[in-house]
Amino acid sequence: MTDLSCSALRYEYPGGVRALEGVDLVISAGERVAIVGQNGSGKTTLVRHFNGLLRPTEGRVLVGNLDTQTTRIAKLAAVVGLAFQDPDRQIFSGSVEAEVAFGPRNVGLRGAELEASVREALGSVGLDGERQTNPYDLGYSRRKLLTIASVLAMRTPIVVLDEPTTGQDARGIRTIRSIVDRLAAEGRTVIAISHDMRFVSESFSRIVVMRGGRIVSDGTPADAFAEDGWPLLRSTNLEPPFAAVVGARMGLGPTPTDRAVVDALVARSSGVG
Amino acid sequence: MLRLEGVSYRYAGATGKSLRDVDLSLADGEVVGVVGPSEAGKSTLSLVASGLAPRAIGGTLEGRLLIDGEDVSGQPMHELAPLVGICFQNPLTQLSQVADTVFEEVAFGPLNLGIDRIEVARRVTRSVEALGIGELAERDPRRLSGGQIQLVAVCGLLAMEPRHLVLDEPTAQLDPEGKRLVSDALLSLAAKGTAMIICEHDTDLLAQVCSRIVALDAGQIALDGLTAEVLANPRLEELGVQPPAPVSLRRALDRAGLKVALPA
Repeated sequence: MTDLSCSALRYEYPGGVRALEGVDLVISAGERVAIVGQNGSGKTTLVRHFNGLLRPTEGRVLVGNLDTQTTRIAKLAAVVGLAFQDPDRQIFSGSVEAEVAFGPRNVGLRGAELEASVREALGSVGLDGERQTNPYDLGYSRRKLLTIASVLAMRTPIVVLDEPTTGQDARGIRTIRSIVDRLAAEGRTVIAISHDMRFVSESFSRIVVMRGGRIVSDGTPADAFAEDGWPLLRSTNLEPPFAAVVGARMGLGPTPTDRAVVDALVARSSGVG
Repeated sequence: MLRLEGVSYRYAGATGKSLRDVDLSLADGEVVGVVGPSEAGKSTLSLVASGLAPRAIGGTLEGRLLIDGEDVSGQPMHELAPLVGICFQNPLTQLSQVADTVFEEVAFGPLNLGIDRIEVARRVTRSVEALGIGELAERDPRRLSGGQIQLVAVCGLLAMEPRHLVLDEPTAQLDPEGKRLVSDALLSLAAKGTAMIICEHDTDLLAQVCSRIVALDAGQIALDGLTAEVLANPRLEELGVQPPAPVSLRRALDRAGLKVALPA
């Protein structure tokens, strides 16, 4: 199993911007972790360390037993798949099919196995009917789904999604939620960056909150969005989900999701009755 | 006043139309939200309403784009720029790529409108402060985070103070505080008379800033009405639009047969 760990991780961009100021984080194989925090708090910089796109200025990142400082990106790519925040910085092929096949071919898949991984990945994002389409003939939201499919096709034990729900409609969000569920069911690790508090509270079991290049809290959605944590959330420009606010006002305890509000109300009424 | 009159649009090389028979009229200072599933025509509407389609990207337009009652189809882009601003879906597309600091980037638009430099500096300072990015002023705009680039892109438009503004998912990458700052800045621009079209998936944001919502489906207007009515319309969810959080929660309670009043 592939655990991921960062210890005392610091990163400074060329030009002197310090984006990470000492991050300690351990993510065990199979966890579903959301990383949230204000714009510019270091979320994207952090996840770019997971597959070696960035290497620590100080500290250490381990993927399984691979130290990213000394491991070739090609080797890390077979372990950690990362879908970029901006699809237009990731897509480069002339067809949807070629785009999705690029990654798995590079990690050594061939023939029927390659075809199966492409077919399965395109099917999971609903792009199976667009194999020959030029990616730039797809709208932004489907280009974004294409980048996710490209990462899924590599069948890496760790999948990282940078703001996957950006630009998605209700159906796109459902598609992404079902991908997260399926990856978790397969025992793969899913890490996502998001500003969508509804999405993170419904689809993830652990929420890491960042501010100014550091982790300021780390816990379950119920912990992260409990009323006593709101000042901390607000200090990094976040707001609790609406369901959590309603639950607190109604004295229901921590209710990070609509489902939790319903369950708490049912429990309360059956308790009274 | 900005008006789309019987507008249909087909991209160059496309077989079908991306917009069909769209009539949409905005009074000065009016803020209209546009929702719809992916590829319903929101971005296309933005390009047509800002005059970029077909002017800059080709394609075939039927119907008319009217500004203050005048058909602007013959007007060159530089005359249209002060009249309608557009914020692109991908903020990276918005960057000039020639400015080395955020300050210069935000100044790029108004300087190109030929506005006096002292006035430009005043506007840049004001816009940068309104969006809370003062401390980024000396940074390279190409080396910011995704959300910071989006704030810079919106900031550049605010500094242009266009008469009309079309925004294609202007807050998609922003944290909630960034969303609030953008909403407040847009509302204060609207209060000065700028009419706005905001295409967004974030219906919670639209609920706060729009007086009216239009829902697109397959290039046509499917719903058009007051914000609260459209956002509570069950048809919206059928179209594939995620309703605002209070509407979703209300529905979850209804489905569970719970008759409780939610705190305001």
